[in-house]
Amino acid sequence: MMTPFLAAAPVYGLPSYLLVSALLFAIGFFGVLLRKNTLVIYMCLELMLLASTLALVAFSKFNGTLDGNVFVFFVLTIAAAEVAVGLAIIVALFRQRHTVQVEELNQLKH
Amino acid sequence: MSDTLFLILSVLTVAMALLVVLNKNAVNAAMCLLLSLAGLAGLFVLLDAPLLAFVLILVYAGAVVALFLFIIMLLDTTPGSFKPFKPLTIAAAVLGAALLGLGIWSLFGRAVLPDAPASVPVPTMKHHAEMLFTTYLLPVQVVGFLLLIAMLGVIVLSKKYTAPEDAK
Repeated sequence: MMTPFLAAAPVYGLPSYLLVSALLFAIGFFGVLLRKNTLVIYMCLELMLLASTLALVAFSKFNGTLDGNVFVFFVLTIAAAEVAVGLAIIVALFRQRHTVQVEELNQLKH
Repeated sequence: MSDTLFLILSVLTVAMALLVVLNKNAVNAAMCLLLSLAGLAGLFVLLDAPLLAFVLILVYAGAVVALFLFIIMLLDTTPGSFKPFKPLTIAAAVLGAALLGLGIWSLFGRAVLPDAPASVPVPTMKHHAEMLFTTYLLPVQVVGFLLLIAMLGVIVLSKKYTAPEDAK
């Protein structure tokens, strides 16, 4: 039995939130695949992380527990630390190579 | 009412996320990320997590996007185009799309998911604090230590190194 996707009188439950989360994750994934600016790739990584937090909060609400919400706190903290370190690495890389385009950052290949 | 809000916010979130990927200009992409975050914070409020929405706006919109904009302005980034398609990229894209389709199909066709419990009070700051300082006390300490390590790491990374012969 298929749940009505966008039915006439819908109550958007857990599947709808998970759908939004999956779409966000897929958009982030395709961004990482298709873009070549390192900063934009980084933003797309953040999008994927946010998609996972949306799924966590939705599961937490529809299971009636609080553990998912607390976990999102930790995810947000780690994400903030990760952004700081990642951007510092990008700046250090830019100082060395004077570019942030991924196809020009191929020193390890040669 | 909340159904309409869900539709508006989810469309805003997903559309702005798409624009993050499709924008050629990195500054515009960061601005779209900001709007997508605002939509996501609204979804958090709909999911009875206003505290998380507040933290999301504070940390992400306040700090992370501002940091992104700062770095974009610091580095001279020319508006980039898309990567040329390699066979590996195409394979990964097809695989990703197939996995997404499989996930959505299993979500709406197969999954047995719980309905919202009827009589659960909206979690307040007090509930969060109780969990953070009892069950999750050790992770809170570890995460605090990790923030310290990240701070030190960023300081070391962004220092200019002097060559060894200059040092003596």
